[in-house]
Amino acid sequence: MSKPVGIVTKPGSSKANKTGSWRTTRPVFLHKDCNDCRICVMVCPDGVIFGSDSSYDADLDYCKGCGICARECPKEDIEMVLEVK
Amino acid sequence: MVDTAKKKEKPPVVESLLAPGHRACAGCGEALAARLIMDAAGSNTIVATTTGCLEVFSTPYPESAWKVAWIHSLFENSSAVAAGIEVGLRALGREAGINIIAQGGDGATADIGIGCLSGMFERGHNILYICYDNEAYMNTGVQRSGLTPFDSHTSTSPSGSVSWGNPTEKKPLPQIAAAHGIPYVAVATAGYPVDLQNKVKRALSIKGPKYLQVHVPCPLGWAHKPEDTIEIGRLAVLTGLYPIYEMENGEVTKVRKLGKKRLPVEAYLKPQGRFRHLFAKPEGKEEIKRIQKIADGNIERFGLV
Ligand SMILES: Cc1ncc(C[n+]2csc(CCOP(=O)(O)OP(=O)(O)O)c2C)c(N)n1
Ligand code: SF4
Ligand code: SF4
Ligand SMILES: [Mg+2]
Repeated sequence: MSKPVGIVTKPGSSKANKTGSWRTTRPVFLHKDCNDCRICVMVCPDGVIFGSDSSYDADLDYCKGCGICARECPKEDIEMVLEVK
Repeated sequence: MVDTAKKKEKPPVVESLLAPGHRACAGCGEALAARLIMDAAGSNTIVATTTGCLEVFSTPYPESAWKVAWIHSLFENSSAVAAGIEVGLRALGREAGINIIAQGGDGATADIGIGCLSGMFERGHNILYICYDNEAYMNTGVQRSGLTPFDSHTSTSPSGSVSWGNPTEKKPLPQIAAAHGIPYVAVATAGYPVDLQNKVKRALSIKGPKYLQVHVPCPLGWAHKPEDTIEIGRLAVLTGLYPIYEMENGEVTKVRKLGKKRLPVEAYLKPQGRFRHLFAKPEGKEEIKRIQKIADGNIERFGLV
């Protein structure tokens, strides 16, 4: 007798769920004083900051707007703004 | 122009082994720690995870945020499930180069799962156990656990006219783990991400059972602002309330010193709603003194200044 079991074979398939819709504030990467330290990349709980060479941005499909990146950026080069539609 | 010859090349940022799209609250310290831990461990890793926020937010069927081999155990037995995996791999002669991680929340680890965990230590499995310490049963609505701190308000240790919140202090789980004679025990925090990743790498380089306890601020259960997650983690360390250190073969080998950065406990308590009641009445001052005593005790014991 075959029984259904809870096996998920697609790694990272949570990406089907775009958590960006949760956001009330959005990080704006100013690209002015970035010193390429990548602290924002390190501290984002959701791991949604990408880029290279002092040019980083949040993937807004997934960013939940927690504000940690802006809070931790030592150069104050990220600003949280209210999400308006 | 930037002198590209002098600048150290960094490859572009790649997606984590814990993918986005998961349902952790905005600013979740547990999600942050899990992501950092997975990226430090690397893709040759098998993970068993107990029931709790980490499991629930990462695997709403049929999706999974995990990009490594991952299994959901019961609430109490990720250590036993991982032990089976480790023994199975050895029986097949396929254990080389594979990391095995068992993990769970503080409730799963300090309370219901402590028996299975003790057995895993006793039998000497080559497994890293990680306790995500958000200091209560978050996934079921913030009930107190053996790792909930003194005077914290939870749904089963409510503060009010007859109580200041949780009446007990944190169970000394790192010391209980070390008393099993295991080779490596460490305490880390989402507040110091590089230190956390170094401890994961160090642990995985050692053969035998390892215990890593990670302090993970929970904006929902602790009632702090989501953007403060890292700061709250750091403040726990800087006040002496959550010392971070390493132990090898039962001896403390490394501690993060506070030096002049040391802060009074109020700095940590004040931004968190779970300690709000301590500031609402004048008698709360006496309670804060008791919490300062706990911090002073840690500072003395671990030589933090
Ligand atoms: C045997 C058993 N008892 C109770 C539960 C209900 N339950 C699911 S998650 C959870 C709390 C988990 O707390 P913790 O381990 O601290 O993890 P957190 O959610 O805080 O990360 C409880 C009580 C269960 N799943 N199994
Ligand atoms: S606001 Fe939060 S989720 Fe969004 S990019 Fe910054 S740290 Fe990541
Ligand atoms: S309740 Fe706490 S631990 Fe659970 S997902 Fe939310 S912030 Fe994370
Ligand atoms: Mg918990």
